[in-house]
Amino acid sequence: MVTNITNFGRSGLSDWLMQRISAVILLAYTLFMVGFFLLNPNLDYAAWSALFQCTLMRIFSLLALLSLAAHAWIGLWTVSTDYMKATGVRLVFQAVVALGLFAYVVWGVQVLWGA
Amino acid sequence: MLQVSVYRYNPETDKAPYMQDFEIDTKGKDLMVLDVLALVKEKDNGMAYRRSCREGVCGSDGMNMNGKNGLACVTPLSEVVKGGKLVLRPLPGLPVIRDLVVDMSLFYQQYERIKPFLINDTPAPAIERLQTPEERDKLDGLYECILCACCSTSCPSFWWNPDKFVGPSGLLQAYRFLIDSRDTATRERLADLDDPFSVFRCRGIMNCVSVCPKGLNPTRAIGHIRDMLLANAT
Repeated sequence: MVTNITNFGRSGLSDWLMQRISAVILLAYTLFMVGFFLLNPNLDYAAWSALFQCTLMRIFSLLALLSLAAHAWIGLWTVSTDYMKATGVRLVFQAVVALGLFAYVVWGVQVLWGA
Repeated sequence: MLQVSVYRYNPETDKAPYMQDFEIDTKGKDLMVLDVLALVKEKDNGMAYRRSCREGVCGSDGMNMNGKNGLACVTPLSEVVKGGKLVLRPLPGLPVIRDLVVDMSLFYQQYERIKPFLINDTPAPAIERLQTPEERDKLDGLYECILCACCSTSCPSFWWNPDKFVGPSGLLQAYRFLIDSRDTATRERLADLDDPFSVFRCRGIMNCVSVCPKGLNPTRAIGHIRDMLLANAT
């Protein structure tokens, strides 16, 4: 068995499942957003703000944000282990990606619950 | 006249590999690529390539013909030649020993890793372990693999991680033993494959299916392995 410590869930199966589930969640969120924009052609601040006042929308948005972070981590981790053969380069790249995703998640929570 | 361009490399005398051109007279016949190679060897005795049965059974002469992997002995010129030119290269991704001969060690290591033999911890019966015809049918499309390496060396995931990703050929064989009713080591076999590389580096691009000279489908076998892993772990 091949061992790893930097992949998302320590097992290839869990990474694979997470990649699929997060993709479905992101698809649902995208379809919802596109539908929302189509139903509200003259979108103003009040309607946009009202949408995100709803707790359900905030939960859905946070779910999508976490899915995006997990999906991006699994994908970019795979790319880095495919193409970056020097350990130092790979580790630095993975650290930068992890840090960036962490910052986006915290920032996203602040945006969703801050207003 | 057929223009044949062959990959040449002799590590004892050449600093770098190069392509050498030959003019081959096929006498208008639709020869197999292996026959053309024999004509090339008549012109240059030093040409190195592997061949044995010359009828698609032994899997020795896997090579890259005009960009696509296949067995030279069962590939007619009409199938690969474009614009009167034939380009022959060794199987991609493996170290070249000389000319069209590659070092298959990495490929065999992955094959060895999946334990390509029946494991059964129940007492051996007096004569043989029987299978129903239905159980035997499940091995069709799996056991026919001749280990020519055409599939694994056409797979980018195998090119990038030949030490960790089992590759289409090895995984086809892994499934062949996972699904065999006489094998009792299913759980152990699955546990050995449940990491991010061994199975899950397959991105399903199906290069393996498009090049297999035996018409086998490793991508489908990999899908079945994934289903078994999922059923076992959820």
